[in-house]
Amino acid sequence: MAKKPRKPTAVEKKLVGVADLVIDAAARRRDPTIAIPVRSLSNVNFNERKGLIEMGKRKQARSFFNVGMAKKFMQTVLVADALSELQRANLTTSLREIYYRTKHTIKNSNENTLDTQDESDPLIEDLEVTLAALREELHVRAENAGSIVGPVVFVDDGDRVDCTRLGKGGYSVPSIVEPEYLQISRCTADFVLLVEKGTQWNRLSEDKFWRRYNCVLLTGNGQPPRGVRRLARRLNEEKGLPVYVLVDNDPWGYYIYSVIKQGSINLAFESQRMAIPKAKFIGLSSADPEAYELPRNVGIKLNEKDISRAKELLNYNWFQKKPWQEEIKRMLASGLKYELDALANKDFQYLTKKYLPRKLKEKDWLD
Amino acid sequence: MEGMKSSPPATKPTATVSAVEMGARQREISVSEFFTKNRHLLGFDNPRKALLTCVKEAVDNALDACEEAGILPDVVVKVEVAANGGTPPPASQATRFRITITDNGPGIVRQQIPPIFAKLLYGSKFHRLRMSRGQQGIGISAAGMYAKLTTGKPVQITSRTGARAPAHYFEVQIDTKKNEPRILEKKQITWASPRGTQVTMEIEGRYQKGRASVDEYIEQTIIANSHVKVTYVTPEGETKEYPRTYAQLPPTPREIKPHPYGIELGMLLKMLQDTRSHSLSGFLASDFSRVSPNVATGICKAAGVSPNARPRDVHGQAAENLYKAIQSTKIMAPPTNCLSPIGEGALLAGLYRQIKGEFYTAVTRPPAVYRGNPFVIEAGLAFGRAPEQAAQAPAKEAIPLAEGEADQDDHELARVIRYANRVPLLYQPSACEITKAVLDTTWRNYGVAQSRGSLPAGPMVIFVHMASVWVPFTSESKEAIAEYDEIHKEITLALRECGRRLGAFLRRRERAHSEFRRRNIFELYIEEIVASCNRLKGGKLATAKLKDQLQKMAAKITGGGKTDEALGKNGGGPEGLPHSIIVTPEGIEGEVPVVSSNGAAAADEPVAAPAAPKDKARSKTKGKAKAAKRTARTPARRRRT
Repeated sequence: MAKKPRKPTAVEKKLVGVADLVIDAAARRRDPTIAIPVRSLSNVNFNERKGLIEMGKRKQARSFFNVGMAKKFMQTVLVADALSELQRANLTTSLREIYYRTKHTIKNSNENTLDTQDESDPLIEDLEVTLAALREELHVRAENAGSIVGPVVFVDDGDRVDCTRLGKGGYSVPSIVEPEYLQISRCTADFVLLVEKGTQWNRLSEDKFWRRYNCVLLTGNGQPPRGVRRLARRLNEEKGLPVYVLVDNDPWGYYIYSVIKQGSINLAFESQRMAIPKAKFIGLSSADPEAYELPRNVGIKLNEKDISRAKELLNYNWFQKKPWQEEIKRMLASGLKYELDALANKDFQYLTKKYLPRKLKEKDWLD
Repeated sequence: MEGMKSSPPATKPTATVSAVEMGARQREISVSEFFTKNRHLLGFDNPRKALLTCVKEAVDNALDACEEAGILPDVVVKVEVAANGGTPPPASQATRFRITITDNGPGIVRQQIPPIFAKLLYGSKFHRLRMSRGQQGIGISAAGMYAKLTTGKPVQITSRTGARAPAHYFEVQIDTKKNEPRILEKKQITWASPRGTQVTMEIEGRYQKGRASVDEYIEQTIIANSHVKVTYVTPEGETKEYPRTYAQLPPTPREIKPHPYGIELGMLLKMLQDTRSHSLSGFLASDFSRVSPNVATGICKAAGVSPNARPRDVHGQAAENLYKAIQSTKIMAPPTNCLSPIGEGALLAGLYRQIKGEFYTAVTRPPAVYRGNPFVIEAGLAFGRAPEQAAQAPAKEAIPLAEGEADQDDHELARVIRYANRVPLLYQPSACEITKAVLDTTWRNYGVAQSRGSLPAGPMVIFVHMASVWVPFTSESKEAIAEYDEIHKEITLALRECGRRLGAFLRRRERAHSEFRRRNIFELYIEEIVASCNRLKGGKLATAKLKDQLQKMAAKITGGGKTDEALGKNGGGPEGLPHSIIVTPEGIEGEVPVVSSNGAAAADEPVAAPAAPKDKARSKTKGKAKAAKRTARTPARRRRT
């Protein structure tokens, strides 16, 4: 808590820096230009030693006196202004509210500063990378889209949250889980199980899987939001819990795992704080249908998009380990993908009673 | 009707009706009886169209007469609601109208008045080959017939041939059975006008504004006839004045003889019988255009008929050979002095006056020939919204736009206005060759959006006129031009030329706009950036200084001089485009119509001299001279009043 009043000022200073940049350029009769790191596959490197995706050094210039960029430049300054307003008032808000806050009609015209939220969202990410400030530090949050249950106790805004006493529903993971907002006061779990889908998380929660195996169950309902990733990272880093990832057996599941493990391409600059290089892929593996005797008819034929995405994954630097190449190639060879839900074909509780116990027992996971 | 008359009598003995009995019932049908039953063929299908047709026939006749006599037409059209006992209903609900058309033409001699107005197929225009509005001599008598049919009222005509002659008043009605006029009343009256004709008809009709209405007919007539002055008194009692904008009568078309390529075998046989020539070669040379004695001899030789044969003796196989020989002989195209196209100047004047826009252009094609009939195609274009309208628009749009509203474009389609011999064609657009040619033109090449198979999109009016000695209509009611490859080709060529000029104008304007937008963008955004920076700096920023610095840079980057150049402000005609007018908020460039000598039209110009900019040194276009003249004139008039 002691850091709180100082930190926003640092971010605020960075935001004011945008205005200074314009003022300085104007004084020197130069075109005001913001250098924004490029956020694309071409500008990320996989740091094998750290096991992280890191942002490269390439930057793109956004100048005001350029017809193609003038509007974007103006919008960037507007968003910086709105973000600094949040800092001063010490409020957090959503991407959508930022959009509404910065939207107005430009004087003497019928042109709006922004027309849709699609215009403002990337600008916020631009500012995050440019100013090297995390979204949480900018006081922008996403929807709470994750749940947690298990032997862990948090302190959230002074309230004690014991995740063993929250029934089947668990605790809704806030989008900002930085230590100054959320403290982990006690954790006795042995590992973290991060599940892709809510259905399986509910099954495990209902069956009290976490009690039997003394673990924390986390889900992000699809691609996990920052809050969930950051919380898993903190549990991993601060409490030394191994993290196991349970996803569908399809290219998108593999990618979710890789984002959790190494970070995403778009937000590579945040890998440092988000990625969990030691996370393990527990399932569903393309070897599982055979090992667990899943009938062929519960598989789904890979469509063209799946196949091309899988081939892309094969080329990513962070999927070059031999087991991973085998894993993906095996899926492509079978031509099928399997959902976690398909396990219900054997038994509703197959996941809780057979699949996971066996996996954990056999230590059958990929790194 | 021919068919019915000569239908073979029933011969079967089992027939209950004998041939004699049937024969007793078979009789001639007069043309008027035929058209009474088939009035839709003449444009009287429904009450609304009937009202238009009556006005149209009378106005066409008036204009033809004036032009033939070399008089600048001055026509008054009055449409009144006729009270059928009791108080007259409002115009929109009325079912009976009295139409009065008055002209300042040459008048009609007394003896000719009854047949002209009350006998079908009587007139001067059918038998000759020269361009005129009317062709068959059906129109006005058919209107009279329709009046008789629906209200029973006769046609009232007042006509005077000169100041010294008395005015004659007639009430005539057609005898439908005989196709002969019946005179109900005739007398000499005193009439204020020294010369002219006035026709009054009372008919059943419907008055409704909009497409294909009387109002539209008059407005469109004015576009193609800028030498005409029209006063229109609407059924609502409003008087609309359409002054003359072009004080020159179109050149009088000459009458020509038929061109050999344009006649059919039957026609040739008839001409062979009717001719006054004594030899075949003489007949060919004197009764056709473009056939010299040499060519005539050549044709006779090719047909294997003696040039000295008596024309009346040439029939059967010989006539057929002659016909074939004519078709295979090379003969010069017919003379074109039988045509009187509107002309680019007059057309431009008409478009400019009647349609508000930013860009006007007009094209008159050289004469061409279809089936031996010479014709000329003229096309024009009026594009965009007038600066006054455009200026109003942004004020309306100042309401901030909500999400998703931004990309709502108006998908207005172009309007095609069609003319044949200066008469607007208001019905059956899709059956008409003109519409087809407009659709077949690739407007996208000229910077105008067009989806497949539809008219080009945009605020645009496309004008197409066909002038010919014989316009091939698809029906007697003269609503659509029939398909001929030659006509299609000419229309397409004219439209392409218009399109090219429009494209040049649009490209030019787009360049200027983008330059303007560039400058504008920076100016708009500077405000936003300065305000944001000020807030970021906690309101402690020297905003004026920052703004000034940024604005100076913006001006330097977009460069004032270059923009002006792109806007086409430094010299040349209207952007180097022939026969075009460009209207900008600063003024007008191009061949702005010459106002009639009495200057009456000046005050009614749609663009009332938008304060001819004194500070801006404008190019030496006629537009400038015109604007200056107008401003000079206005104070003088004010002093007079």
